[in-house]
Amino acid sequence: MTPQPPDPATGDTAADGPATDDTAADGTPAEGTGTHDTTAHNPTAHDTPAVELLGITKEFPGTLANDRVDLTVRRGEIHALMGENGAGKSTLMSVLYGMLRPDAGTVRVEGREAGFASPGDAMAAGLGMVHQSFKLFDSLTVAENVVYRAEPRRFGFVDRAAARRRVAELAEAHGLHVDPDARVGDLPVGVRQRVEILKLLHRGARTLILDEPTAVLTPAEADALFAVLRSLTDEGRTVILVTHKLREVMEGSDNVTVLRDGRVVARLRTADTSPDEIAAAMTGRAVELDRIHPPGTPGDDVLTVDGLSTDGVHDAQLTVRAGEIVGIAGVAGNGQSELIEALAGLRPVTAGQVGLSGRDITHASAARRRLAGLAYVPEDRHAVGTAPAASVADNLAMGHHRTSLSRKGVLPPKAVREHARGLVERFGVKASSPQVAASALSGGNLQKLLIGRELAHDAPLLLVEQPTRGVDIGAVQNIHDQLIAYRDAGHAVLLVSAELSEIRGLADRVLVMYEGRIVASYPKDEADERTLGLAMAGAAPTHSVEGA
Amino acid sequence: MFFDSDLFLSALRALTPILLAALGGALCERAGVFNIGLEGMMLMGCFTAVATSWFTGSPWLGVLAAALAAAAYSLILAVGAVTLKGDAVVLGVAMNLLAVGLTSFLLRTVFGVQGTFDDPDLVGLPEIAGFSPLTWLSWAAVGVAAVLLSRHAWGLRLRGVGEAPDAAATLGVSPVKYKYGAVLASGVLCGLAGAQLALGNVTLFSENMTAGRGWIAVVAVMLGRALPLGVLLAALLFGLAEAAGFRLQGLGLPQQATDAAPYVVTLIALFLTTAKRRRKTGAVA
Repeated sequence: MTPQPPDPATGDTAADGPATDDTAADGTPAEGTGTHDTTAHNPTAHDTPAVELLGITKEFPGTLANDRVDLTVRRGEIHALMGENGAGKSTLMSVLYGMLRPDAGTVRVEGREAGFASPGDAMAAGLGMVHQSFKLFDSLTVAENVVYRAEPRRFGFVDRAAARRRVAELAEAHGLHVDPDARVGDLPVGVRQRVEILKLLHRGARTLILDEPTAVLTPAEADALFAVLRSLTDEGRTVILVTHKLREVMEGSDNVTVLRDGRVVARLRTADTSPDEIAAAMTGRAVELDRIHPPGTPGDDVLTVDGLSTDGVHDAQLTVRAGEIVGIAGVAGNGQSELIEALAGLRPVTAGQVGLSGRDITHASAARRRLAGLAYVPEDRHAVGTAPAASVADNLAMGHHRTSLSRKGVLPPKAVREHARGLVERFGVKASSPQVAASALSGGNLQKLLIGRELAHDAPLLLVEQPTRGVDIGAVQNIHDQLIAYRDAGHAVLLVSAELSEIRGLADRVLVMYEGRIVASYPKDEADERTLGLAMAGAAPTHSVEGA
Repeated sequence: MFFDSDLFLSALRALTPILLAALGGALCERAGVFNIGLEGMMLMGCFTAVATSWFTGSPWLGVLAAALAAAAYSLILAVGAVTLKGDAVVLGVAMNLLAVGLTSFLLRTVFGVQGTFDDPDLVGLPEIAGFSPLTWLSWAAVGVAAVLLSRHAWGLRLRGVGEAPDAAATLGVSPVKYKYGAVLASGVLCGLAGAQLALGNVTLFSENMTAGRGWIAVVAVMLGRALPLGVLLAALLFGLAEAAGFRLQGLGLPQQATDAAPYVVTLIALFLTTAKRRRKTGAVA
């Protein structure tokens, strides 16, 4: 809180390091701009691991989250820490980052023993974390977000020109292109992530921890991120990648440590391993990845969409038949979400016709559509799919409150509980009790809850968006099997997914959307990755696309 | 002329308590604490100012004591809403109700009167160049608050704390400290507002003499979008409405109608600005 005098070395007002408020004046200075001599801090760094965790044990009431975990991360590598939800990855990283105190074990950072009491301490020691849900201030500018709490100051006032310059320099040096004056709230997710990384670099982080960094990114954004991470390791920094996405681990990491049930179950060199081996280590059993399910046997038309237009969608033509999964592929933001919202009754249709089992539902309300036989698994399971503050039981009752659960308009608590218990069991939702708030569930469990609730309607048509985003490998297989079983029971499914492997594995027919139009349609056996990729980039062979 | 310089001057006098309280409210809003206890804090300031000035003979000590008492009173909100994570709205309402009861009770026990304490020996604040020193101070406070909030490192951190306390905490800024700071500052400002009301605008204490000014300050915070200059404009609007109300009374309108002027203005202003913001952004901060 003391005004920071200009740093004579740089002639610039140096940003102080992430020390606590009281020590800000003599805090660790951020590294000089322009030069990135990260070895200067530790001359013997080449042999000393960037991070060493030895025998970390952490117990929570009822669970042993970390059981004598050893993790060694060498300097300059991208080290993937893998495991399913609940395997102990987050606990381990919280211990490393000073957010949790371990019950036993040693933390060493760059050879020095460190028991951080707060993230501030960890940052001062050269660590930095990008959390899965970004920790940014939407109303502030990029520059303000980056320098927050480590501002270049003049008499206590923020030197905004210096802040902008600092951000521009860091962005330039690391290929993280951002406009320092943009408001963070106006930026797309991929750019916000760059802001998060810039925040760490501004604070002189030598080891960057990224928690599920690609969960919210498009494939192209993910590729760009990995290019940045690689350039960071090339200049001597270290990256710890917490993830459960096999593909990016195979493409982007040097070494892999796999956790299961709080223990290290595998330490692998990426070059010597395979996705199957990692998946088996994560789940404890052989998992068949990217399985192509056999096609179904389509029956009558269930959903007919004729020339539908809405904000972001032009003249969409498609049909989904009973016993069939139709997949919609496309780069995010090409109208898939808008199309599904229009079909679900959440977005007004401006032109065209929508029929469900022969009935016209073009302008029907969401409630009428559901009565007509539509179930919907939305993309945003937190904000649209569930009510996070409500209990698991109440969340499972939603939508069924009008039909199977209602006794003359009253919801008997016992019926709601029974209903919840049945679905929790059938779909393997891990919740300590049906009365616990939905917000307490992990992403994968919440998705199981949501899919279970919607499948339980037994509706002729299921709209499902991103069914396995952020979900464990083991659970992915389970969800895919559920969707196939639903199809085989004679229901129609319209699937939107950003994962091409998912679309190819499940869909009997694949439509590709590009700039709001359905530009291509392929039967299952023609929908290979290359063909779909070309169509998604807008390079589909122009032929008339009929939904049949 | 209905709108003449006299009207404007009386508007400037009328607005000082509202402006001081609203500045405090704006700081809290920026720190993420919804403070509707301004009315109660101000009323505590009124009583403390009058009592201290009466017993010491110094209005200056009255001002100081009012600021300290209201700051101490604001700890109810700080501890309740920040430390104990209680509902700030419930706490604020409780503080306002408690202040009415407490000051009326103290009026009876300390001065032995009911309703109003009014004595020729009670010393009010002197005027400097036509205005109360607290009026001058309130204008200076607007400028200082504006600059601190937008340019100073504290302001940046405070705004960050209000918007995303988790994010601030991950960067080593303690949301609790900043929220306490904002609430205590609002206590000081409301204490000054109370002192201005009881030793500046008038020289007396009467039960519930704030008469909704704290609530109008809450509205001024919203209208001014918690920006010091915006709050100044909003307070000016209410000051004008209050002054115009007096003027209308002089023209023969019933007092009940003219007393309603600030509240009518409040409603109209809220309606117009929210309607406009809706159209512009689709959301209100």
